[in-house]
Amino acid sequence: MLLITCPYCGPRPELEFAYGGQAHIARPQQPADLNDDAWAEHLYMRDNAKGAHAERWRHTHGCARFFNAVRDTGSDRILATYETGTPRPAAGDLVGGAA
Amino acid sequence: MHDTLTAQRPSAASMSAPAIVKPLPAASRFILQGSAAVMAAAAAALALPDTKLACRASAHGERAILWLGPYERLVIGGEAEGAELTRLLAAALVDLPHSLVEVTDRQIAFEVTGPHAAELLNSACPLDLDLSQFPVGMCTRTILAKAEIVLWRTAPETFRLEVWRSFSAYVVGLLEEAGRA
Repeated sequence: MLLITCPYCGPRPELEFAYGGQAHIARPQQPADLNDDAWAEHLYMRDNAKGAHAERWRHTHGCARFFNAVRDTGSDRILATYETGTPRPAAGDLVGGAA
Repeated sequence: MHDTLTAQRPSAASMSAPAIVKPLPAASRFILQGSAAVMAAAAAALALPDTKLACRASAHGERAILWLGPYERLVIGGEAEGAELTRLLAAALVDLPHSLVEVTDRQIAFEVTGPHAAELLNSACPLDLDLSQFPVGMCTRTILAKAEIVLWRTAPETFRLEVWRSFSAYVVGLLEEAGRA
């Protein structure tokens, strides 16, 4: 079982967590000003990274908070976890350096 | 509710005695959500130390405040204390934005106690319950097989489980089955 380090609770079993999709997607300030393509881009288009990928997770069966994680999509290793609203850690700050 | 539950189930776990599962007396319960200032004021109103550390409970007598999340606490009091707790908290928090919800009848408390209590819980709970990792006074929401519970270690060999009412038969049955082996 994977251990995921919740920024609030520390390392916890993955069964307690739920995946929340790609992180750092800002909702457009004025959605009404967007054309259909731009709105579809915001709603549906996501990165499909091979390697480090920033994503939202929720500690559903724990503190119930959302947070962000950088996960290596190849190895499934969680390289960093950090609170929502803080910037993505630089590659050098990830577990084991750049992924 | 508690009494019928135990009466129906003369605990197999208690007979083979790796750990004993028994219902705890009725209590009043609240979920409090708000900022650190709210938590400090609530703790002061109940004459308990503030629970600033993650996953820690502060308790005295029948009253306890359990850290569930950075902005969420479970407040427990005696069965007859519900109205008094509401009054104390409402008075202390009147000027602070917060949410206080009574959840007294939502859940039931069980005690799991015995030298193998942690082992028994670990049959269905993936947390590391070693004393060094889950010391006395630690509490957290977690999962026990398919049920969400609040787990609180009140003594080295004693845990308190807060189980949602409709999950209680499932949780007790599961622990009895696990204790039988």
